[in-house]
Amino acid sequence: MTRYLPPAILVVLALLPLVLKDPYLLNALITGGIFTIGAISLNLLLGYTGQLSLGHIAFFGIGAYASALTTLGFDIGIFGDFRIVHEGWHPFAGFIVAILLSGACGYVVGRLSFRVRGAYFVIVTICFAEVVRLVALNWVELTQGPLALTAIPQMKIGFPGLGEITLRTKAQNYYLMLAVAALAYVVVARLVSSRFGRAMRGLKENEQLAISVGVNATRTLTVAAAISAAIAGAAGSIYAHYFRIIDPDVFLFTYTVTMVIMVVSGGKGALAGPVIGGLIFGTLPVALRPYMAPEAQWIVYGAVLIAILFLMPRGIAPYLDDWFASRRRAPARAPVAQPQLEGQP
Amino acid sequence: MSANAAPILSVDHVGVRFGGLVAIADLHFDVREGEILSLIGPNGAGKTTAFNVVTGFLKPTQGEVRLRGTSLSGLSPNRINRLGLARTFQRTSVFPNDTVTDNVLIGLHREDRGASLLEAIFNLPRERAGEAARREKARALIDWVGLSARANERAGALSYGEQRLVGVALALATEPSMLLLDEPVSGMNASETQNFVRLIRSVRDRGVTILLVEHDMPMVMEVSDRIVALNHGKLIADGTPDEIRADPAVIEAYLGKSAAAREAEREAAHA
Repeated sequence: MTRYLPPAILVVLALLPLVLKDPYLLNALITGGIFTIGAISLNLLLGYTGQLSLGHIAFFGIGAYASALTTLGFDIGIFGDFRIVHEGWHPFAGFIVAILLSGACGYVVGRLSFRVRGAYFVIVTICFAEVVRLVALNWVELTQGPLALTAIPQMKIGFPGLGEITLRTKAQNYYLMLAVAALAYVVVARLVSSRFGRAMRGLKENEQLAISVGVNATRTLTVAAAISAAIAGAAGSIYAHYFRIIDPDVFLFTYTVTMVIMVVSGGKGALAGPVIGGLIFGTLPVALRPYMAPEAQWIVYGAVLIAILFLMPRGIAPYLDDWFASRRRAPARAPVAQPQLEGQP
Repeated sequence: MSANAAPILSVDHVGVRFGGLVAIADLHFDVREGEILSLIGPNGAGKTTAFNVVTGFLKPTQGEVRLRGTSLSGLSPNRINRLGLARTFQRTSVFPNDTVTDNVLIGLHREDRGASLLEAIFNLPRERAGEAARREKARALIDWVGLSARANERAGALSYGEQRLVGVALALATEPSMLLLDEPVSGMNASETQNFVRLIRSVRDRGVTILLVEHDMPMVMEVSDRIVALNHGKLIADGTPDEIRADPAVIEAYLGKSAAAREAEREAAHA
């Protein structure tokens, strides 16, 4: 039953633009979707390794800037007369660079902070996001600082046999977002059900025991951080090519909080968690807009969050899982264990 | 068990100090290939500390531990595990939120190193073959410790004794040449203990050397080939169960001086 739910939701989401013609609503869905991809990546760290990255937006923003700058090109002085000049590349190359660069940053941040973990990782990630924001703000030659990078080209994707398509319409960008979100979902799903994912869960549940059976804690967590950051970078790239303008405000702490809210309300450590949380908190501001003043919208936003966490402390997805499980008949308890011990396994 | 079998594990003049507190003064003993050796001693004698030093969770302030001649100094616990040393834990022996099968699969995660991370993500044939092999191994191990009926239950929901069995299966999944058991039967009832003794023996029969820390003296006496007794962080006796039972220093450590003296008087009277 739950096996067919993700593809079913994907089909419904894929059909949505056919009925939903309002560009405003479509825009809201794309924006919410892009942050949901960020939430899916955050869930890999927060939900499966238990490490909270409170600077997760840094990887998103690095992806956005990397993709934009790769596509736009730049010309910067490093020291003296030495300059780095880069001619603009294809937007899809920007997308790949964004993934790789964000992943590398995730690797480095993980490498530096996972020797100590826990609160240290939280602090290191917050600082990292703030440092990256200040760089984006002050390295005017590269990033235009507060003037923002503008006229970022739209994403272009080549399809075999169809030629190259420039994603101009909202519907096209919606499908790009949906495709990347589905891919991110599948990558995280595959990863957590593989032996790497088991090592992650082991570390989260009982670190000493996991280490004692040979799990390399630093390496496992670093790999998780790198993959998580790479997915966030992919989301940042879509963001940059969709809005076509980015400024240092993409690094704002609020966006990290939005992703954390999506993960925690939907259910951390559940694959569907960030998707459910993303659907609710991505669409809620838009859904409320016709009915109330902006101030009241945020109050309702907060009230919904509190209500969800009060009623379902572990999040919506685990709550639904438990509910489905309790409706199936409870399995009869098996007899007490007796070691067999015959022969060699 | 020949007395001059090669040592698999050598604890070489190990000392551990926590600030001014001496947890282990100068511990020196060997574990021979294929034997069941027990480490006994009253509470606070330094048994668990010794265990943590051997498995790399604690760094000794002096001396070193060698596994088949390889020094374990400075190695992390996961590296030591890969050299063939596995352990169980006293209190938290399982991953409570995973099923029994997944618990053992975590222990098997190092199997089949051929399949890379990317192969795992894209579920390529090599990864799928490796996964099937791991599941088969996990199933066999779970059957072997007698938990097949519980394979799909959450490990945290199992009884205390059953969790210990999961812990053993998990440790054996890493294919150790030596297994360290930290008070495995504490809190077990008599029949569970008997089952566990059978389990320890058959683990040894698979060629795994066993180092046991346990307070249940009848169990220790029954299962051990040799016993090493500690008190105040020092080795006070080393011998067969019969020798240990009669050792005045051991009796004194457990029962106090006057009792030891009384025992000696009774011995003298019998002689």
